[in-house]
Amino acid sequence: MSERLHLWVNGQEVDLPVVPGEMLSDLLRYRLGLTGTKIGCNEMECGACTVLVDGEPILSCSYPAVRAQGKHVLTIEGLSKAVEETAKASTEESLHPLQEAFIKYGALQCGFCTPGQIMTSYALLLRNPEPSDEDIKTALKDTLCRCGAYPAILQAIKAAAKAMRTGSPVEPPAIPPASKPGKYVGKVHPRPDAVAKVTGRAKYTDDLQFEGMLHARVKRAMVPSAIVTRIDVSKARALPGVVAVLTAEDIPGEHNHGLVIYDWPILVGVGERVRYVGDALALVAAETREIATQALDLIEVEFEPLPVVSDPVQAAQPDAPKIHPNGNLLKHIKVRKGDVAQGFAEADVILEHTFYTPMHDHAFLEPECSIARPTPDGRMEVYVGSQIPYADRQQIARALGWPETRVHVIGQLMGGGFGGKEDIAGQIHAALLAHATGRPVKLLYDRHESLIAHPKRHATQIRVKVGAKSDGRLTAVETELYGDTGAYASLGEKVMTRATTHSSGPYEVPHVKADCYAMYTNNPPAGAFRGFGVMQSAFAIESIMDMLAERLGMDPVELRRKNALRVGSVTNTGQVLRQSVGLLECIEKVEAEMRRLGGPNPFEPKAVPGAPHLRRAWGFAVGYKNTGLGGGAPDKAGAEVELRRDGTFQVRTSSAELGQGLPTVLQLIAAEELNQSPRRIEVLLMDTDLTPDGGPTTASRQTFVTGNAVRYAARALKELLTSELSERYDVPPEQVRFVEGLAQINGRTLTLQQVAEEMMASGRPPVTSYTYWAPATRPLGEGGDMHFAFSFAAQAAEVEVNTLTGEVKVLRMIIANDVGYAINPLGLRGQIEGGAIMGIGHTLTENFILKDGHVVTDRLARYRTPSIVHTPEIISFVVEHPVAEGPYGAKGVGEIVLIPTPPAITNAIYNAVGVRVDRLPVDQEMICKALNNC
Amino acid sequence: MRFWNAYVLARSIEEALDILSHTPGPALPVAGGTDLLLEIQQGEHEPVHTLVDITHIPELKRLEQTEDHLFIGAAVPVSRIAESPLVRFHALAVAEACGQIGGPQVRNSATLGGNVAHALPAADGMIALLALDARAEVASLEGRRLEPMENLFKGPGQTALDLRREILVGFHVPLRRSHQASAFGRVMRPQGVALPILNTAVWLERHGEVIGDVRVAIGPSGPVPRRANAVEAVFRGRPCNEETFAAARQAIRDSIRFRSSPLRASAEYRYHLSGILLEEVVIKAWQRTLEPSVVEAV
Ligand SMILES: Cc1cc2nc3c(=O)[nH]c(=O)nc-3n(C[C@H](O)[C@H](O)[C@H](O)COP(=O)(O)OP(=O)(O)OC[C@H]3O[C@@H](n4cnc5c(N)ncnc54)[C@H](O)[C@@H]3O)c2cc1C
Ligand code: FES
Ligand code: FES
Repeated sequence: MSERLHLWVNGQEVDLPVVPGEMLSDLLRYRLGLTGTKIGCNEMECGACTVLVDGEPILSCSYPAVRAQGKHVLTIEGLSKAVEETAKASTEESLHPLQEAFIKYGALQCGFCTPGQIMTSYALLLRNPEPSDEDIKTALKDTLCRCGAYPAILQAIKAAAKAMRTGSPVEPPAIPPASKPGKYVGKVHPRPDAVAKVTGRAKYTDDLQFEGMLHARVKRAMVPSAIVTRIDVSKARALPGVVAVLTAEDIPGEHNHGLVIYDWPILVGVGERVRYVGDALALVAAETREIATQALDLIEVEFEPLPVVSDPVQAAQPDAPKIHPNGNLLKHIKVRKGDVAQGFAEADVILEHTFYTPMHDHAFLEPECSIARPTPDGRMEVYVGSQIPYADRQQIARALGWPETRVHVIGQLMGGGFGGKEDIAGQIHAALLAHATGRPVKLLYDRHESLIAHPKRHATQIRVKVGAKSDGRLTAVETELYGDTGAYASLGEKVMTRATTHSSGPYEVPHVKADCYAMYTNNPPAGAFRGFGVMQSAFAIESIMDMLAERLGMDPVELRRKNALRVGSVTNTGQVLRQSVGLLECIEKVEAEMRRLGGPNPFEPKAVPGAPHLRRAWGFAVGYKNTGLGGGAPDKAGAEVELRRDGTFQVRTSSAELGQGLPTVLQLIAAEELNQSPRRIEVLLMDTDLTPDGGPTTASRQTFVTGNAVRYAARALKELLTSELSERYDVPPEQVRFVEGLAQINGRTLTLQQVAEEMMASGRPPVTSYTYWAPATRPLGEGGDMHFAFSFAAQAAEVEVNTLTGEVKVLRMIIANDVGYAINPLGLRGQIEGGAIMGIGHTLTENFILKDGHVVTDRLARYRTPSIVHTPEIISFVVEHPVAEGPYGAKGVGEIVLIPTPPAITNAIYNAVGVRVDRLPVDQEMICKALNNC
Repeated sequence: MRFWNAYVLARSIEEALDILSHTPGPALPVAGGTDLLLEIQQGEHEPVHTLVDITHIPELKRLEQTEDHLFIGAAVPVSRIAESPLVRFHALAVAEACGQIGGPQVRNSATLGGNVAHALPAADGMIALLALDARAEVASLEGRRLEPMENLFKGPGQTALDLRREILVGFHVPLRRSHQASAFGRVMRPQGVALPILNTAVWLERHGEVIGDVRVAIGPSGPVPRRANAVEAVFRGRPCNEETFAAARQAIRDSIRFRSSPLRASAEYRYHLSGILLEEVVIKAWQRTLEPSVVEAV
């Protein structure tokens, strides 16, 4: 047996001692520092860890390192290096055509899957230089991208293959600019972080190493409802290599955390209550992750079991066990407009139906990771990919019993968030352990823990009753929602408020009544998730709109057009829409394209020639989603812009980049305002010492709110520079101009370096900051503007249903989104396509299953997210009805993109085979049974 | 994580068997590891002290045609099997099944030996081997023997092999003769585990306008994989038409006890699908019987 491991990695010989139990990914990441190879699941499901061994792609997370004995391993780091070696002295970094194509086509968002995608594609191109779409789909079948960049990935691979075959440069994608492009905004630009992401150099939290770092693990309750009667950590403490084991009594500060309500115990102590399986009982820090894991098993815990409340309707029963001292009702949310009794009395047709949606997991490809590091000056640094760095700082400080300024949150690149990285995950736990041990502590969740612990999308039950005149005009909509907010409040009240206010759809309805009961249960907490409650209510209302159209014998598009919100409409919360309502244009764009592709009767079933058991049809749905926090919450963001000594600019704000492309947006805005190319502008995000508070990255608000903050800060900087120079050179301000890298002052030219030097020398640093306050909003129930902007969308989906088996495929989608203004068209396309693909996942593949509070879908193999094989052809239209206050007219993009997708698909299924899906996800067995009576 | 203590790359069958039978702690052979390592990593397997990697043993990596059979080494990655012209000619059902296991990365590691030894009642490669009447070559300290596929299983996920003293060397698949053909198909559901709801493999021989000899395997159709004998009996000597399929569907209902698996499929759904899938796969194989079949054609 060989004691040493000998192999070649990226062409270099490696000779190392054998470590028992080591997987190739561990060797690459932790012993060789090649952190470009990512770990998304550690269970052979996601493909993020793909590397080539002797030219074949394999999953390094489950490939024993010793098996690579004598073999050649190629990682993402080796791909660009291989090119560098052949490229002649060029100033630009030499990238592989695949890397270049991924950048150009926007085939990456958060970038966490990117190394795996590129390595898998590289292996494909080695064998097949001219792959078809089908070949690409087959090869990338199990290389998952939660950001849903599949359409761009597919095109990028084809473009790269072509460039490699022909030796010509990678052709750029055909992406239209904004309708009124500026010099920089509204045009296609690559992401500033793209090169780092395609080369594997981009660092995510787990890629960081610190001297003396300990590894933490969390003992979780794994029972959904109980009183803890005993915790004995003595055996765990005695295990060699264990440095600290903490329980509730070791918390120096406050014991609970929470984003709105402090109801979530940091650790559940003896005598206290466990409310869901993911509740933390004890924390371990040890020299290695392996020892920490062993220590978990040595912690002895006893419980007194309590009854389990497993669904929100059960939770609302008067005799249901109480999960929190005040009972199980987090909030009863009401919307009232007019008088529904009158509305139904006026109706010619009344329909009522109940719909169900399950919990969903964000399944961001990068599992949660936090590193806490005590600094010599007595502060605590926390490295984490978080959507709300300032809230983290506040919550960590609270738990430590410290003033907030002693905590320094240093935001890291995030491998996806989608709302799932708003709540505190390991940040507090890592900080407590770092505080107790005086050493840096890394707390990395594995996929299993991530699925169990973090907040999900609310499962809902939604009853809808609609009344309409025979010409289709809606007279009344009444909805009743139950939302499963799980064990703790998280953002439950806000999510379910959004679900409720949007539950009558983007329609002008004279009489509306909506009641929502956000209920605590013993399920994992539910919180923010892209779409924020509106995904659920859109499924209900858009399904019943199609049912209504059928009942009325009306075209479903016509029915929606008749009732659609437009400028001048009054929403169900009493808001008068004064501007920026592009819904009708979205409907028209999608309808025209659908009829072009699907003929005059796109909603009629069509048999597939030669395959009589396959039926195709189109389905249609619309949606809307607020931009910004709304409901009276102060919505503001701060930003700083600085001209640095080297003549470049830095934009700073703590707003978070989860992959959605905020840095590009902010870069382009600053570039436009300063009249400098984006290359001269660096964006620094998410650092609570260095960047001003940008508020939470939620509610599709960052382009609008932080975008404006940057815009005004950049303007202020330009004014500052102008006034300074006009004073110094004694010229009127109009004669001071800025061009690329230069200031022109009445015939004289200074470089921006000189400007920066001069200003600093005179004690007036060239930096400005701006806090932007979004237009004020009013709380629900008070009428007036509940939100300062809404985005709108229409979608059509073409499905194919196998009438023999019930299987469903989405073939094509047509999408139009009114986003106000397309500041960043490349990023926008990524958001639109990625949103649709997430919507397809929510409809066809995803189902977070619980059984009596226990998580059944506790592995990625059981919680399946859509892959490239589920990716249809997507035709997208961008509609731009600007908001006066938005930057260049822009409003939110991130969430609207997925809201109409599930009902568009289920409506298409109904049109194809006459089976109404009222429960997500689509159950092919149910469809089959309905069609075949089996 | 210390999932094992020793990982040995065996160079020969003898060495593998020697280590397996003589190491003190629990020991197991490992091929692609796509079942075994996953279970170990997830704590769903009892501790293993020594893993004996058999993927470097030349004999287990052979894929070749001999006088009277096709030999598929137990440690040949299924990606290679799926693309092999030899396998595609003689045992298309096996190639089709192998081509559907996991994704390309998994297929570069996964092996047929592992697929069979893992002993799940619906493993794709195994179901195809069953229909092709393959024989497994087993090596033990006592020597070599050939076993019919059916003898390899004890219960769901339980192999009848004693993995401390026996390993699979490979599979002997009868060569295809004229008017013979095979096919494989399966139905998945998009949610939940990657295992098929149902799979079916068929081998048959055409006698003019009727089906001659035929073999059918359907998974999962019981605790251990086995051929659907009653269904086969229906097809023998009958034309490939709707009447025959109706009788076959009835035979499935009469002879197979499908189970409901909570998150995958109900028994009724399986009965329904099995008729559809069987028809599809039989027709595919039937049509293939007319394709060129001269062995030299490869
Ligand atoms: C993402 C994913 C998707 C999958 N999809 C499918 C699918 O679609 N269909 C399907 O059928 N399977 C699927 N599988 C399961 C798995 O890939 C197959 O069962 C595979 O063929 C197992 O082979 P292996 O070489 O990896 O086995 P291993 O994991 O190495 O071994 C499995 C078992 O067999 C034993 N063993 C291995 N080789 C021998 C030998 N030569 N002699 C004796 N015992 C041996 C081992 O000791 C172990 O007990 C999937 C797995 C993953 C991870
Ligand atoms: S990390 Fe290896 S497949 Fe997900
Ligand atoms: S870019 Fe693929 S997972 Fe984020």
